[in-house]
Amino acid sequence: MEVPTTFGGDDAAEMVTELRRNFLSGKTRSYEWRVAQLKNIVKFVEERETEIVDALRSDLNKPEFESVLFEISLLKSSCKVALKELKQWMKPEKVKTTLLAFPSSAEIVAEPLGVVLIISAWNYPILLSLDPVIGAIAAGNAVVLKPSEISPVTSSLLAKYVGQYLDSSAVRVVEGAVPETSALLEQKWDKIFYTGNAKVARVVMTAAAKYLTPVVLELGGKSPAVVDPDVNLKIAVRRIIAGKWGNNNGQACISPDYIVTTRDFAPKLVDTLKRELDRFYGKEPLQSPDLSRIVNSNHFDRLARLLDEDKVAGKIVYGGQRDKAHLKIAPTLLLDVPQDSQIMNEEIFGPLLPIIMVDKLEECYEIIMSRTKPLAAYLFTNRNNLKDQFVRTVSAGGLVINDSAIHLAVHGLPFGGVDESGMGSYHGKFSFDAFSHKKAVLYRSFLGDAPARYPPYTRGKMRLLSALMAGSILDIFQALAGWLTSARKEKSA
Amino acid sequence: MDQRSTKSLDELRETFKSGKTKTFEWRKAQLQSLLKMVTDQENKCFQALYDDVGKSKIEAFKDEVGPSKKAVVHALSCLKNWMAPKKAGIRLLFFPAKGEVVPEPYGLVLIMTSWNYPLDLALEPLIGAIAAGNAVVIKPSEMAPATSLFLANTIPQYLDNTAIKVIEGGPDVSQQLLQQKWDKIFYTGSPRVGRIVMTEAAKHLTPVTLELGGKCPIIFDYSSISSNLKVAIRRLTSAKWGACCGQACIAIDYVLVEEKFASSLVDLLKTLVRRLYGENIETLGNISRSVNKHHFDRVCNYLKDPAVAASIVHGGSYDEKNLLIEPTILLNPPLDSVVMNEEIFGPILPIITLKNIQESIEFINMRPKPLALYAFTHNNKFKKRIVSETSSGSLLFNDVLIQYICDELPFGGVGQSGMGKYHGKYSFDAFSHEKSVLYRGYFPDLSARYPPWNAFKLEFCRVGYKVDYFNLLLLLLGFRGYPKED
Repeated sequence: MEVPTTFGGDDAAEMVTELRRNFLSGKTRSYEWRVAQLKNIVKFVEERETEIVDALRSDLNKPEFESVLFEISLLKSSCKVALKELKQWMKPEKVKTTLLAFPSSAEIVAEPLGVVLIISAWNYPILLSLDPVIGAIAAGNAVVLKPSEISPVTSSLLAKYVGQYLDSSAVRVVEGAVPETSALLEQKWDKIFYTGNAKVARVVMTAAAKYLTPVVLELGGKSPAVVDPDVNLKIAVRRIIAGKWGNNNGQACISPDYIVTTRDFAPKLVDTLKRELDRFYGKEPLQSPDLSRIVNSNHFDRLARLLDEDKVAGKIVYGGQRDKAHLKIAPTLLLDVPQDSQIMNEEIFGPLLPIIMVDKLEECYEIIMSRTKPLAAYLFTNRNNLKDQFVRTVSAGGLVINDSAIHLAVHGLPFGGVDESGMGSYHGKFSFDAFSHKKAVLYRSFLGDAPARYPPYTRGKMRLLSALMAGSILDIFQALAGWLTSARKEKSA
Repeated sequence: MDQRSTKSLDELRETFKSGKTKTFEWRKAQLQSLLKMVTDQENKCFQALYDDVGKSKIEAFKDEVGPSKKAVVHALSCLKNWMAPKKAGIRLLFFPAKGEVVPEPYGLVLIMTSWNYPLDLALEPLIGAIAAGNAVVIKPSEMAPATSLFLANTIPQYLDNTAIKVIEGGPDVSQQLLQQKWDKIFYTGSPRVGRIVMTEAAKHLTPVTLELGGKCPIIFDYSSISSNLKVAIRRLTSAKWGACCGQACIAIDYVLVEEKFASSLVDLLKTLVRRLYGENIETLGNISRSVNKHHFDRVCNYLKDPAVAASIVHGGSYDEKNLLIEPTILLNPPLDSVVMNEEIFGPILPIITLKNIQESIEFINMRPKPLALYAFTHNNKFKKRIVSETSSGSLLFNDVLIQYICDELPFGGVGQSGMGKYHGKYSFDAFSHEKSVLYRGYFPDLSARYPPWNAFKLEFCRVGYKVDYFNLLLLLLGFRGYPKED
């Protein structure tokens, strides 16, 4: 596909007009079209796996294992769920109607919204681009995808192959940075799906308001991991490591951002973390092939600043090595950093993990709730009453008990944030719903026409209506009988 | 907004934080009190609605008091069920695990209502917000002052004042309220203000439900319903003029009919309008008035366009003193006239003729998506086409307005007619965050999840994602090969 060098407002407008025309032709609505596109996404990731792995390696130095596991396989499994369930999802949902509307039948019909825009992020540039596209296509929309310019190799890979594998009359990729995104946001869309940070999300939602476009915002936040002393420590620690450094070296929206544990237990936790980290990444973690690098020097500098803050620098208990030339930072543990430090007040999005100590574990609630609501919150414990309390008390996009980050892969659960971590959700059926309008359709017949609905309004009609609304059969009969006699009286009078 | 109001917001947040509104008992008690309020104060409701829009008692009951009561009763009977976590299907790959979706309240929510159904449009969202366990501020429309005052005086008598407050005021108060951080905003009104609300909401990333309107058409397939004409005309007439005099977001805006039937349709409508609402402006009855001078003028101005005036086939007169407008029927006003490009929200009914009724689909698709689409037809093939080829908030065949009272159906718009939905369970959902919760056991813990990565682990995950348990077992037992490292 030819990539225009400058993409301005006019190009965007022209493209949207064309896609809207193609959407209105109805082709994207057919089951066959949707299935064919979804199958081609599977074909794309299967046939181009090596190229995808290479692109992710050059953008992020992502280990092949992570690329296959979190981007390619997850995507394939998303497609397969959609392919298997699509017929079911598309089926109108029959609903019962009230007595008041009798006789009638009703259904809820899922219809595509129209032309949708998906703006994706750089940390999982394949998954976060195509996973929403799967939902948009499954729901029968025309789609424009704008991959992140911060992962340029993957972006151009998507631009090249989406045109080749998918129907380009209804699915497009626009590459670019801020000017291109602004040009896109000026257009009228039927849905905007944005993955990224809360600052840009505000810009997206403000632009969407102009055309009353609904949005899904997939953001991040400081996702805590609370570790109870009553826990299978080794497994808990391994799962924290897998969720933190095994997820793009902490550059994931759901990776644990900080740990909360008790003061007494902290030394034991730190020791186990150190031991397992050594086992996973070796004594020279900067040389480990199993860790992603930091995406670019801006982010590297940001992370370095967090580490270099005066009140934080002395708190490093493990790691801390960095290599600016190769944009690498080692897994780093910080013990007892102050709450007012920078690192505790922004999303870390990198390989640094502060550990906060409390006297009693229940104090974790105040620490978590004093911040904006995170995308995820994790609890590691064997105590059932603590689990219940945590689920009741902590508000977050999603909660995982005794594991981290894994809920992302469960298609039966909605994935999405709340408050500063976003709005709307997706994955599995929820992706389909995110890109559908649920149209209420009510079929009535002309029978069973209650004159009480029509003026002139009388007292008897009023009684009947009250009874109908209350749904009490007995009252309805009484009111009807009373109304008929009073109607007769009125007539004879 | 004065200091007192700011302080009350702090108080509401404190109440929410205390966790009191989250309990089943609190929600139930509030809903019961709300039901009691509507029941006890029925006559005051009628009076307020009469004062604001001249609504007759039965219309007030049929469209406001009745639906609100029904909604509370429904919420009370379903509340436990709605609050219960929903189990989610988990694949064996994650065994042992249990997943569920737990609905939780957003926090402090703002409900901004509209003047045309000032009672029901305040109470229906309120029921959802309470059922979901939120703290609530209601800002009633200042254009329905009697109902606004009624709500402000009565709600504190019945509901928990530390968690639910009514803040009265005009656009300036709305503006100030919108500056605050809310966890959800529910707005009913016009697309113009809808945009402002969403723009302000964006500053705090607050999710919004926008209940707007639009030009709701009715497709009148005359020939196919010829045996039911009497009922059809009755439904059309009562829906247009009986629903707050056309001042309803789902009121019929215009009629699409085949050319050859236009004059018969006009005759039938005229006869019934005279019978139901009176011969002329002097004898007008059973009909609401315009809400205020501004809206009265707006509607009358549509008729001042000479081309539109020329299309009047019935009515057209008005009574400025009482803000009454006669039911007015237009036949083929110009499509570029204002009346055909704005939501009418008044007692004017344009009839647009088409050569063939099938063309109505194209006609509708060329315009912004309406909140409701009505079609009177017995032609099943045509019904199917309408369902799949047009888009609207809701779609109703052979009746009008009644979709509003079906708790089982989501009520809400799409495109220009709004976003988000409510009624019944959907009201609860509109004010709930669906939190996903995944419980995991510790065993078995697969080492393939952890670095250092090698070819075996890679193959293991590949097979795992395919949900191919047989090969997974072979691989684990060493019976299945995998590509070795380079």
